Amino acid sequence: MKLADLFARGKFVITSEVAPPKGTDLSEMIENAELLRSRVDAINITDQQSSVMRLGSLVASQQLKGREIEPVFQMTCRDRNRIALQSDLLSAWAVGIENVLCLTGDHVCLGDALGAKPVFDLDSVSLLAAARGLNAGADMEGNELAGKTDFCLGAVVTPGADPVELQLLKMGKKVEAGAAFFQTQAVFDAEAFGWFMERARAFGVPVMAGIILLKSAGMARFMNANIAGVHVPQLLVDEMAATAKEDRPAKSVEIAARIVREVKEICQGVHIMPLGWEKQVPAILNAAGL
Amino acid sequence: MLVTKRKPIEEIAGFVAGEKGVFLLGCDGCAAASGTGGEDDVVALKEALEREGVTVTGWKVIDFLCQKALIRTGLRPFAKELQASDSILVSTCGIGIQATATVAELPVHPACDTISLGGIRGEWQGEERCLECGQCFLEYTGGICPLTACAKQLVNGPCGGAKDGRCEVEPDVRRCAWEVIYERLERQGRLDLLRAAPLQVKDHAKMRPPEELRGTRRWAIDVAEAEEVAR
Repeated sequence: MKLADLFARGKFVITSEVAPPKGTDLSEMIENAELLRSRVDAINITDQQSSVMRLGSLVASQQLKGREIEPVFQMTCRDRNRIALQSDLLSAWAVGIENVLCLTGDHVCLGDALGAKPVFDLDSVSLLAAARGLNAGADMEGNELAGKTDFCLGAVVTPGADPVELQLLKMGKKVEAGAAFFQTQAVFDAEAFGWFMERARAFGVPVMAGIILLKSAGMARFMNANIAGVHVPQLLVDEMAATAKEDRPAKSVEIAARIVREVKEICQGVHIMPLGWEKQVPAILNAAGL
Repeated sequence: MLVTKRKPIEEIAGFVAGEKGVFLLGCDGCAAASGTGGEDDVVALKEALEREGVTVTGWKVIDFLCQKALIRTGLRPFAKELQASDSILVSTCGIGIQATATVAELPVHPACDTISLGGIRGEWQGEERCLECGQCFLEYTGGICPLTACAKQLVNGPCGGAKDGRCEVEPDVRRCAWEVIYERLERQGRLDLLRAAPLQVKDHAKMRPPEELRGTRRWAIDVAEAEEVAR
């Protein structure tokens, strides 16, 4: 099932994400996916996020597909050149994967293999263009394929980036290269997101607001200090700080649901990043009326 | 200019362990400027090795170890010392070490690591770098090279990893290249250039030097060497 078909039907699309293990034991990842399956349309499988070596997102996506959970196969340009990226796209199609999220990827320096070669042969834009080419039946060199792909291609955008103009410029290049939907970096300020959407709407491509569960005031402060394009307003930091530890999951759900309610009229879906709190996701969706 | 850094003395001592003696070779070019290949540097290396119990048979600093003819003439007076040596330890860049290894009969050990300069060329002291990529992108980027200024060498815009305008890789020393590019083009009223830029794909095949250029270089070196041999 392609996300683009759901958007075309006017559905408000809900996705979440799980991470493959550092090792071969997939049970926790699958448990998390099972917690989410009845409430979301698809689940992203992260590609060695933060440049930490893990089990690959292609096989993990295939595992979900085998359990009839729709995967969004995340692909970054950090670890593979254009030969490997295109090859993995062909492999993904061969095992039934239909949705691919194309990202540039974090730099190697953020991860746990600091001496690794940062590849970045392609970037998010040229990866999208390459995947679109495979959909049309040819590789990047124009060679004809024996059997083509038909992926629904997605990309990411950071609404809170400064300058946002530069983000919009790159978003436009991603649309031109074939992005059929966008998932955003975490949104905490619905009003600021509204301004972004005023501009982004012109591209005519569905945008899914990124929702991160705020687990504590400390986490909020950490994100404000360290995560690009994420700004947790002081009011929310104070709200978490005033909450007793045992009440934090409930407060976290309340805040996430509030943000979802505030943004759902101005975008076409939400992408919930539970960061270990997968079992809270149904409660957020209930409280948000989804 | 190539910048070099001396390897840790323990590592170098490991290379020559068990040898009857080692001859030291320095370079008065870039390596002297880097503090690795000049006279003082080679004497310091000799003393450090002797403290590690290594026998140093002699040493010589040659003007430019990237000139094979100079290496030959420079080593000629040291036949006796070389005979007492199992190897030559060369304190210079990767070029000089390879050139010595080609010319000398004895095995060669490197005393230095050659540091990546990310595209600096010649004596240039400024921040601008050129990777010699063979497909100049500067037309679309306000004269700022995305291959050398962006840590991910991105050619179609920023990655989204910058925080407060600083690059995620080296926030203390590096601004996000694409923000700098954006600012310059905005100041010049040329942002349309960025919007209209075609999809850019790096062609790594162009980063290999063309055959005819490699031939020319080779030819010049061969001529110089033939003249030296004739003399």
